[in-house]
Amino acid sequence: MNLHEYQARDLLRARGLPVPEHAVVATVEEARQAAERFGGRVVVKAQVLAGGRGKAGGVKLAASPAEAGEVAARILELTIKGLPVRRLLIAPAVDIAREFYVGITLDRDAERPVLIVSADGGMEIEEVARVSPERILRFPLDPTRGLEPFTARRAGFALCPEAGATVADLCRRLAAVYLDLDASLAEVNPLAMTPDGRLIALDAKIVLDDNALARHPDLAARRDLDAEDARERAARERGLTYIQLDGDVACVVNGAGLAMATMDLIQHYGGRPANFLDIGGSSNPEKVTGALEIIQADPNVRAILFNIFGGITRCDDVARGILKATEKSPPRLPIVVRLIGTNDAEARRLLADTPLGTAVSMDEVVQKAIALAHGTSPA
Amino acid sequence: MSILVNRDTRVLVQGITGRDGGFHTKQMLDYGTAVVAGVTPGKGGTTAHGVPVFHDVESAVRATGANASIVYVPPLGAADAVCEAADAGIRLIVCITEGVPVQDMVRTLPYVHARGARLLGPNCPGLLAPGVCKIGILPGSICTPGPIGVVSRSGTLTYEVVYQLTVAGIGQTTCVGIGGDPLIGTRFLDVLKLFEADAATEAVVLIGEIGGSDEEEAALFVRSSMEKPVVGFIAGRTAPPGRRMGHAGAIVSGCSGTASDKVAALERSGVPVAPTPSAVVECLRSVWQSNGRSTR
Repeated sequence: MNLHEYQARDLLRARGLPVPEHAVVATVEEARQAAERFGGRVVVKAQVLAGGRGKAGGVKLAASPAEAGEVAARILELTIKGLPVRRLLIAPAVDIAREFYVGITLDRDAERPVLIVSADGGMEIEEVARVSPERILRFPLDPTRGLEPFTARRAGFALCPEAGATVADLCRRLAAVYLDLDASLAEVNPLAMTPDGRLIALDAKIVLDDNALARHPDLAARRDLDAEDARERAARERGLTYIQLDGDVACVVNGAGLAMATMDLIQHYGGRPANFLDIGGSSNPEKVTGALEIIQADPNVRAILFNIFGGITRCDDVARGILKATEKSPPRLPIVVRLIGTNDAEARRLLADTPLGTAVSMDEVVQKAIALAHGTSPA
Repeated sequence: MSILVNRDTRVLVQGITGRDGGFHTKQMLDYGTAVVAGVTPGKGGTTAHGVPVFHDVESAVRATGANASIVYVPPLGAADAVCEAADAGIRLIVCITEGVPVQDMVRTLPYVHARGARLLGPNCPGLLAPGVCKIGILPGSICTPGPIGVVSRSGTLTYEVVYQLTVAGIGQTTCVGIGGDPLIGTRFLDVLKLFEADAATEAVVLIGEIGGSDEEEAALFVRSSMEKPVVGFIAGRTAPPGRRMGHAGAIVSGCSGTASDKVAALERSGVPVAPTPSAVVECLRSVWQSNGRSTR
């Protein structure tokens, strides 16, 4: 789960990181008032859960409350990566002499968290890694002891010798946030140094581990439901994993690997997948009806395929779900079904007298669905 | 004959009285696996599917000589269950549980390794040596004994590929699901080493997916240290960057972890990568015969 910048700033500030005060506003008038309160010169930042806000025109400086109002009006009209801007963060403008990067994330290969620092702050760290990897310094954390003080000092003095101890302290506080919140990323970029040598966190990013949210109910409650795609949210609430894509062949699959392979196969045979959808390992027919509802709400979809390999999932339960859903409201789209594995004979019997298309293999179900979507008969 | 398990494997089920644990205990018993004990704190002294249940792993091991464990404990307790098994001297721990917090695994992996145990998973379907032993949820009906080793990060995609092999008359020594999480106890590399050393395995099918760099690591090992032929399949060519595709580990971040990187790394190491799951059989036949390792 991604947190908004303002949420991340609150969490970091509460743990002693140098984050300036800010206001979160939703209207031009509120933006003007906040700028007034901060003394006029402010930065106005779109609060959307997407990277590249600056490039999209979602981050602007304003020299006066009036200008803050004008800038706010413009940013509130933006849609950044498909997400409408509903809230703005207003914070005092800061004079910047240098910009650093400080972040903690998981190093999968080393199987432990790693502190990453770079003197090239203010740009995406992936870009720094691509262009000048030697400008990135990595300090692994001990898997059980966390960030040792000496490791933090090494990082601090390597990054900025004149303020090494301060940076070290900041890194330790960031590590505490990362560990205590079960984050998968805690990042300050840029960490700015002012001309008079103060360090200030100008942006904050925290990504939480979805698997750990159950033990952080306070954090789970911060989920911004408005910022989530409506269909993806409906799917999550039904225990499905759904990601919308831009194609016209929808697929309902059990298991993430098989779901990805099914999407790939749609593309392999010249079609375009409309989604990723994993109904998981459960045999609950309700999940199937939920999946069909969500898929049929996508106006781009022109055909639907089921690719189910029964293991824990029982094919007859999936068939019952399909029957239940299609009896309740006849599908407006063609459906072709491939069910194999646990109780597949019973499933085929259940679907025998329906107008649903059937297929034996994964290749066949995909080719048939593409043909249906394109209004041609399969090759 | 098989890797990781054999006819002396004695299995303990952690979470045996739960819905999934109970169901799959029955399935494992039906397959012929020696399930000798179950653990559910508070239910010691009872039985489940005829298997004695204990409060804790240490007591279960002492009473039954269990040497492998399968974990069906819910996500927030799974890491503790894995550590408990390692601490009690279990050598092979298979964690089926999906949704274990990643930082739990950061702390658990060194604990398990320090005690000399091997962890498979979490978020994996387990392993199955056809005709020998099944620990996990792979359907026994789709597997058949033979000379091919299968290793995969996925569940149902593994079933698909194993099924294709079986239908084509190509049996397996062992099918191993290593799990779809970002941090797992056993990587592709570890399983490839075991298959390379296993006398009965003649070739290996590796089923990878987007995210991380375990496939690339495996490719380097194949090039430097493997004699047996390996073929691959990689899922997720059409996955959009930055989105978690179901599996917590299946995310393309920045420019790393893409399917095309993995395909390229494998092909550079002489591992042909099948374009579709059904093409795996054909792919396997090409390298496996050309290498002079055809079935007798």
